[in-house]
Amino acid sequence: MTPRLELHNISKRYPGVVANDDISLSIMPGEIHAVLGENGAGKSTLMKIIYGAAQADSGEIYCDGKLIEDHNPAVSRALGIEMVYQHFALFESVSVVENIALSVSGFDLAGLARRITELSLRYGMPIDPHRSVHDLSVGERQRVEIVRCLLQAPKLLILDEPTSVLTPQAVLKLFETLRQLASEGCSILYISHKLEEVQQLCDSATVLRNGRVTGTAGPKETTALELARMMVGAKLPEMHVDPSVRSAQPVLQVRGLSAPAADQYGTDLQEISFDVHGGEIVGLAGVSGNGQAELVSLLSGERLHHKAEAIRIDGQPVGRLDPAWRRRLGMAFVPEERLGRGAVPPQSLWENTVLTTHRRGLVRKGLVDRAKAMASASGIIDRFKVKANGPQSSAQSLSGGNLQKYIVGREIALEPKLLLVSQPTWGVDVGAAAFIRQTLVDLSRAGAAVLIVSEELDELFEICDRLLVICRGRVSGPLVRRETDREEVGLLMTRAGNGAANGQDETKLQG
Amino acid sequence: MGRMKLSFRVEQRPEPSALMRIAAPVIATVLTLVVGSVLFAVLGYNPLTTLAAFFVAPLDSVNGLSEWLLKASPLVLIACGLAVGFRANVWNIGAEGQFTMGAIAACGVGLFYPNPDSLLLLPLMFLAGAGAGMAWAAIPAFLRARMNTNEILVTLMLTYVATLFLSWLVHGPWRDPQGFNYPQTALLPPTAMFEPFDYSYRLNPSIFITVIAVLGMWIFTDRSFLGYKMSVSGAAPLAARYAGFRQSAAVWTGLLAGGAAAGIAGMAELAGPLGQLSPQVSPGYGFAAIIVAFIGRLNAFGIVLGGLLMSLLFLGGEAVQMNLGLPAALTRIFQGILLFFLLAADFFIFYRLRRLPEHG
Repeated sequence: MTPRLELHNISKRYPGVVANDDISLSIMPGEIHAVLGENGAGKSTLMKIIYGAAQADSGEIYCDGKLIEDHNPAVSRALGIEMVYQHFALFESVSVVENIALSVSGFDLAGLARRITELSLRYGMPIDPHRSVHDLSVGERQRVEIVRCLLQAPKLLILDEPTSVLTPQAVLKLFETLRQLASEGCSILYISHKLEEVQQLCDSATVLRNGRVTGTAGPKETTALELARMMVGAKLPEMHVDPSVRSAQPVLQVRGLSAPAADQYGTDLQEISFDVHGGEIVGLAGVSGNGQAELVSLLSGERLHHKAEAIRIDGQPVGRLDPAWRRRLGMAFVPEERLGRGAVPPQSLWENTVLTTHRRGLVRKGLVDRAKAMASASGIIDRFKVKANGPQSSAQSLSGGNLQKYIVGREIALEPKLLLVSQPTWGVDVGAAAFIRQTLVDLSRAGAAVLIVSEELDELFEICDRLLVICRGRVSGPLVRRETDREEVGLLMTRAGNGAANGQDETKLQG
Repeated sequence: MGRMKLSFRVEQRPEPSALMRIAAPVIATVLTLVVGSVLFAVLGYNPLTTLAAFFVAPLDSVNGLSEWLLKASPLVLIACGLAVGFRANVWNIGAEGQFTMGAIAACGVGLFYPNPDSLLLLPLMFLAGAGAGMAWAAIPAFLRARMNTNEILVTLMLTYVATLFLSWLVHGPWRDPQGFNYPQTALLPPTAMFEPFDYSYRLNPSIFITVIAVLGMWIFTDRSFLGYKMSVSGAAPLAARYAGFRQSAAVWTGLLAGGAAAGIAGMAELAGPLGQLSPQVSPGYGFAAIIVAFIGRLNAFGIVLGGLLMSLLFLGGEAVQMNLGLPAALTRIFQGILLFFLLAADFFIFYRLRRLPEHG
């Protein structure tokens, strides 16, 4: 049988890095093939080359035995290669069918809507073509993207980290769809860094590290440890999580916090109550878009709340205090958006250090002490192994993972009493992610209260002492990590939490 | 598989280009000279003589140099004040009005202060000018900080209010009784005027105010924490909110700095070359200073160069009209070409074009 897709010795260099180095792989029709690797291993570059969005420096691509010359996305679509990107490209303000109409020829909306309904039902992911995209959850948006691809009757479907936005239950649903597609002869290229998923779903796997193929394996016959070794190299970072010693009084106390959404695409928060004590890490799980952004901005003070007592830091009501005040009380904060919120893109790292560290002696008589700010920035760069040309390089010149290390480092260097962290390891490679998690654990064990908002359940289960779950603006829990499992958390992630039972649950669950 | 077509994409440079920073003004100048020469030649003027009359002749005498600095001074002063706000995305377009109010307030003090021989007169006029400019800018600041109105519109509209107020004053209550019914006030007493360095020329010590303002602006934007906070507000408003820098503080600082600078410039113009109020106190300094601020890349020393260039364009434009009989519109077009190229070339400091091979 002719392979559906064959890559021969693909190489791609960017200034300063070799993104892909002599990569070969082959996929048969109907095969589900994983490309495994850490962030930065070259997976995304490889996918872009396959799809034609980037050109390889050398190497050949064969589709159904025919060499592809002059590759570009239009060629891919003509050949039946479709790609679902990690970040969706949908227009929020128009409906599903209108979004899809943009990528198909002709403009028969009624007919297209019928085909969407039919296809989505056939593959077990029902979607109403007339709903506006801004009303859809992230999982539903992904369905729209997939249906958009399926309309082209693809022969090869590429999915880039498709589960990072899904609940465990939604992941199972997606896998069913993918298996059905494969059984009909469609090849699937599945990009991921999550080992369990790959083992569950894929027939074969190509593992990448630093742009090179470090192994091919049948994931079902290979242990997770072996796969992980291929991904990260010989040494796997190990976590040390000492038992937590909780402070008697909570450092962060949230009581009956309700707030309307800031805009029409936001989520209303309803009666949220929880505590974070010194010495512990509390995780907030949930599918993105369920009110995390709203809650975090209220906790950080970027948005104020009319009821001061709804949020207390060290017992002091802070609902109406701005971020500067809350930072004075010992709060530090790592936001989800690194560029433009956690850091000023065109400014240098030392200037970005001043952003939150100015209170620690970087300003004298109204003037910024450049030497001190430089030293402080260099300290963060060294301690957190940030890859940068020094404190003079601009924030926007750093890779996402490195900037994240820098921002986490800067906030931890403030020695906060309370640290809020959103998505601590998004886009950070495994080694650095482990380092960041370890730092967060160490910070909490030194007595700080840490609240982590993350969509990665694995991460939360690895380092949190207690878990909260947010769904449609309601928070349920807390659950004690050792006494719960993914199943329970996953269910809470999709169902509205039992808000009324919250108070009783708390005592029961902690007991 | 079809022909290759070249296409370009604009992309942000990871770091601003140091080379382009220096090359941009040079490229802009060369392009202006080329396009300008073609324009002049097509319309039947000798390009070389015209360019010489534009750029060289005005600076060929001591008086020319004096006029050059005299006109550059208010432009630089106002631009320094405006740039403080522009760096924080606070768009004060109404410096012309703040300039006018500064001149009016200074004139009021100069004319009506009980003791016209007092040495305090000039300092008091200075304070009045600065205060009036700030007060005029405080209106849009209050409205923006409290009610989130658009400061561009409010500052611009207040300019017309100020101009009409001035017109009413000089046509009505403040008109000089001995002025043959001309719409102008009486001349200020000598103690209310800056004494020129030399009575043959008009340049006077008020230029030192501008020098101090430039240094102050540099320290503020480059070294001070308040200036740092303003630049964060401008470059990344969400980061400013994240760090707890108050937006309203940036609005107030930006508008008051611009108002104060423009008000002082108005006072210096009144107490310098003008000596009295008439319906036209400004040849458009307040608007031209906006361009000066951007030519100077919102940087104190860049603004000095920008102000000198703008002043030269004013003088050169007048010179070619008088000496060579060029139409006024043509000189304005030429000035526009130069400013366009300058600002356009700056774009390539932060962005670059990347060639994309496209398959047709």
